[in-house]
Amino acid sequence: MKFGVVVFPGTWSDRDCGWVIDQVLGAELQYLWHKDADLKGCDCIILPGGFAYGDYLRTGAIARFAPVMEKIGNFADRGGLVWGICNGFQILCEAGLLPGALLRNASLEFRCQWTNLVVERTDLPFTSQCSEREVIHVPISHGEGNYFADPATLSRLEQRGQVVFRYCDATGHVTNSANPNGSVHNIAGIVNARGNVLGMMPHPERCSEIELGGTDGLKLFRSVAASAMKVLVS
Amino acid sequence: MSLHRVDERRLREVALTPEEYRVIVEELKRAPNEVELGMLGVLWSEHCSYKSSKALLRRLPSSSPAVLQGPGENAGAVNIGEGWAAVFKIESHNHPSAIEPYQGAATGVGGIIRDVIAMGARPIALLDSLRFGPLPGSSHHVEGVVAGIGGYGNCIGIPTVGGEVYFDDCYTNNPLVNAMCVGLVRVDRLMRARAEGTGNSLMLVGADTGRDGIHGASFASVELDETSSDRRPAVQVGNPFLEKCLLEACMDLAHTDAVVAIQDLGAAGLTSSVAECAGRVAGAGAHIDVRRVPRRERGMSPYHVMLSESQERMLIVVQRGREAEVEALFQAWDLTSAVIGHVTDDGHLTVVNGKDEVARLPVSLLTDGAPLRRLIGVAAEQPPGLDIDALPPLVDPGATLLRLLASPNLSSRRGIFRRYDHMVGDATVIPPGGDAAMLRVKGTRLGLAVTTDCNSRYCHLDPHLGAQLAVAEAARNIVATGAQPLAVTDCLNFANPDRPEVYWEMEETVAGLAHACRAFELPIVSGNVSLYNDSSGESAIYPTPVVGMVGLISDYDRRLAAGFRAEGDFVLLVGSSHNDLGGSEYLKVEHDLVAGRPPALDLARERAVYRLILAAAENRLLRSAHDCAEGGMLVALAECCLLGGIGVRCPAIRPESPIRLDAAFFGESPSRFIVSLASRAMPELQSLARRHHVEISLLGLAGGESVEFEGQFRLSLAEMRQAWEGAVV
Repeated sequence: MKFGVVVFPGTWSDRDCGWVIDQVLGAELQYLWHKDADLKGCDCIILPGGFAYGDYLRTGAIARFAPVMEKIGNFADRGGLVWGICNGFQILCEAGLLPGALLRNASLEFRCQWTNLVVERTDLPFTSQCSEREVIHVPISHGEGNYFADPATLSRLEQRGQVVFRYCDATGHVTNSANPNGSVHNIAGIVNARGNVLGMMPHPERCSEIELGGTDGLKLFRSVAASAMKVLVS
Repeated sequence: MSLHRVDERRLREVALTPEEYRVIVEELKRAPNEVELGMLGVLWSEHCSYKSSKALLRRLPSSSPAVLQGPGENAGAVNIGEGWAAVFKIESHNHPSAIEPYQGAATGVGGIIRDVIAMGARPIALLDSLRFGPLPGSSHHVEGVVAGIGGYGNCIGIPTVGGEVYFDDCYTNNPLVNAMCVGLVRVDRLMRARAEGTGNSLMLVGADTGRDGIHGASFASVELDETSSDRRPAVQVGNPFLEKCLLEACMDLAHTDAVVAIQDLGAAGLTSSVAECAGRVAGAGAHIDVRRVPRRERGMSPYHVMLSESQERMLIVVQRGREAEVEALFQAWDLTSAVIGHVTDDGHLTVVNGKDEVARLPVSLLTDGAPLRRLIGVAAEQPPGLDIDALPPLVDPGATLLRLLASPNLSSRRGIFRRYDHMVGDATVIPPGGDAAMLRVKGTRLGLAVTTDCNSRYCHLDPHLGAQLAVAEAARNIVATGAQPLAVTDCLNFANPDRPEVYWEMEETVAGLAHACRAFELPIVSGNVSLYNDSSGESAIYPTPVVGMVGLISDYDRRLAAGFRAEGDFVLLVGSSHNDLGGSEYLKVEHDLVAGRPPALDLARERAVYRLILAAAENRLLRSAHDCAEGGMLVALAECCLLGGIGVRCPAIRPESPIRLDAAFFGESPSRFIVSLASRAMPELQSLARRHHVEISLLGLAGGESVEFEGQFRLSLAEMRQAWEGAVV
C-alpha cells in the first residue's frame, strides 16, 4: 500500500499524516507536491489539513486549481482512493469531487477539541476496521467545518447512505449539543456515491497513538491498508 | 543649520534626545543626514538598545552546562540530549496590541516564530502570556488578541499549547501580550546570525518591503497617550501563510551548506537586522543597495526602505557565488529573494541608492553606541499592610470556592485554548489546561515541558519576592509534569522607567529573578524588556516579569497530568501551609483587598519539594500532580477533580492555631502540590518524603461526583464545573 500525501503551500497536516503512515502504520509514504502532475503510483491519495494558499479567498477555492488536482480528479474517476481531511475535505468540495460546502462554524470561532463520531458505514475501504455504529473519539481543528448542502443534495446523501461520520455524544446519540460547528444533520464526513472519495473534518492522524489521547484514528489508516491487501488477494 | 543644532521636533519624531544627538555628532564628527538620523533613532530606541535596562540585565545568570546559546542571539538554546537542542524566546508586543489588538497580537506571534527559525530550528510550540483590564470593558482587547493569536498560529500550523490570562485594573489601558516560541534543531545544525566572511552576499527573502510599521520600535518606546491611535500605521499587518512558506523554505536551507547565517527582520527592519548581524563579528560591516530591495509599493525613499517593519522577511548571509542555490530553494515556495548587498570588513554599515551613498555609519555606533541611561530607583510607597486578625472568619467555604472558581483570574481557560490549534504536529502529550504543557521530541522518548508564569499582584506588593515567586511558580508547573526545570526566557514588562519608583521596581525584580534562578541553577538564555507600559503618566502596570520556562523529562511515558485518575486513590497535600493570605486571590475576590505581603518563599524548601516530586515521579509512585497556586489548596484540589472528572472525600480540616481556616483552604503558600497515588504506593512516598524533609499530609480519597469536607461543605462536580467553565472567558 502506497500512500500519497499532497503538500500545498500552507498545508500543515502533511507531516502528521506522513508520521502516522511511515512511523506508526509502517506503510509506504510518498509526498506529492502541488505542482506535480504525477501521482507516482500511489494507491491512496490524502489531502491533509492546513490553509492551502492561505485560504484567503475561501477555503479550498485556490487549491482546486493546482496541477496535482487534475490528476487526482482523474484518479478518483478511475476508482482510486482519495481521502480529504479537514482542509482536504474543503478542497474536495470546491473541486466538485464531493457535494456540499463547508461554512464558518456556527460559533464563528475556531474550534480545536475532541469529538465523538458515530461510524455509519463500515463497508468502505476507509472504515472496514470499525464495527457497526461504533463511536470513535477524534479531534477537530477548524474555523470552517460547518457542513452545508441544499435539501435535495442532503436527502440524496442520506438516502444513498453517503454520510460516513456524524458528531454524537459519548453513547452514540446524535444531538445538537454534540455538534461542534453547526453542520447540517451533524455531518462530520461523507463519501461519494461510488465509495472511493472520503471527506471528513476531524483529524484521524492526531489520534493514532495513545500518548496523543487515543488510537481510533489508526483504525481508518489500517482500514485503507487492509483494503489494498484485499485487492492483492482477489 | 549649524553642525550641532537640529530641529527638536525632528529629534522627537525619531525618538532621540538632544543629548543623544550630541553624542552622535561627536562620534561621527559631523551631523547625520536624514536617513542616518532615522536609522540611529530606531536602533537607539529603548526597544532595540535596552539603554535603560542593559546594566540591570547583566546581573541575570545565563550559563549552565546545558546552555548552547545564551542572550544576544535571535533566541537562546539548550542541549536536551540525543543530539537535540531546544531553542526558545519570549517577546512582548504590548504597544501594538493596545492600539490594534488583532494585528498586534498576530505579528507578535509571527515575530517570535522568526526568531526561532533564525536559529535553524523548527518551531514546535507557542505560548502566550496575556494581561487585560477587567471584563467586560476589556472585551475588545481580549477578543482581538485571542483572535489574532489564533489567526496566526492556527494558519501557520504551530500548536499554541500554553500561556496565561490575567485581568487587573492596571492593564486597562496597557494590555500585555507576550508571545513565546519553542523550537527544535539538531545541535550540530544550530545557526547563529553572524555576518561572517567578507564578500559574502546578503539576501533578503520573503515578503516585499512596504511602508508599514515605520518607527514601530520607537513607538514601542514611549508612553501611550490620546494620540496613540494615530500610530496605527506603525502597527504591521501579518500574513501567516507567507510565513508558513518562509518557514518551510528556511527549513529546506538545511539541505545546503551555502548559508552562513539567518537573521529575522523584526523591530527596526533592515537597519537592525543588518547591523546586528554585522555587529556580532568583530570588524565586520555591510554594504546595502536599497534599489535592490523588492518593494510592495512605488515611491519609497531609502529612509522608508531602511526603516520599514514589513513582516515575514528574513536576511540570509550566503557564501559568495552560491546565491543561485539559495534562490532556487525559495523559488520552490514561490518566494522572492534578492541579493541586496554584501559583508564588508570596514566596520561600517553603508547604504547606497544605486550610485549614491545615502548613509554610512559605524556598526558599533548603531548597535552599542546608545548612551546607557543612568536612572535612579527610589523605593515605592509600602503597599497597604494586612491585619489578618481583622478579617471576618470564613463562614461557608463551599460558597467561597464557587465564587473563586468563577472569578476571571481562576476560571477555566478552555474557552480560549479551544480557539487555538494545540494539537498540530502530533507532539502535544500534555495538552493545555493543566500545569505545564508537554511536547514529545519525535523519534525519542524525550518530553519538553513548557510554561509561562507571573503573579504580578505579588510583584506589585513586593517586586523582589514577587519575581522569585514567578520563577518558583514556573518551576513548580514544570515539576508537576514530572520534568526537570532546564532554562528560562523572561519578558520584563514595566511602566515608565524615568519614574524612580518604577526603576526601583526594575532593580528589585531583576535582583529577585537572579536570586531565584541561581538558587534553582536555572540560566536565563533569552528575553525581552518592554518599558513605558503606562498611559499619559496615569495608569501604570504592575511590574510584570513573565517567566517562560522549559523543562525536560527523559521518558515522557512517566509524565504526570493534573487531574485525578482513579477512584480510591489517596489524595495528598505535599508541603506545608501557613497564614499566607497576603496578595491572594481570596483576599481580592472575597474582601476586595490587594494588600499585605506575598507569601514567604524558602528557596531551599521549594527545591526540596521539587526533588521529592521528581523522585516520586521517576519511581512511578504518583498518578497525578498539580501545583497549588492562586486560590490556594482548595482551588487546586477542585481543579484536580474537574480535570480528572473524579471527586474527592476528605475529613474536615481543622488547622492548628494560629493557622486560620481561610488560610488553610485559600492561602497561597508556595512549595505545595496536590498529588494522588494508589494506596499501595503510600509507604514508599512516606519514606521518600522523610528523606527529603518534606511534609506530606493525607487530604482524603479520590472518588464520587463531588468535593466534600465532612461537616464543612459538599459541592457537586457539576455545579463546580458550571462556575468554572461558565465564567466570563
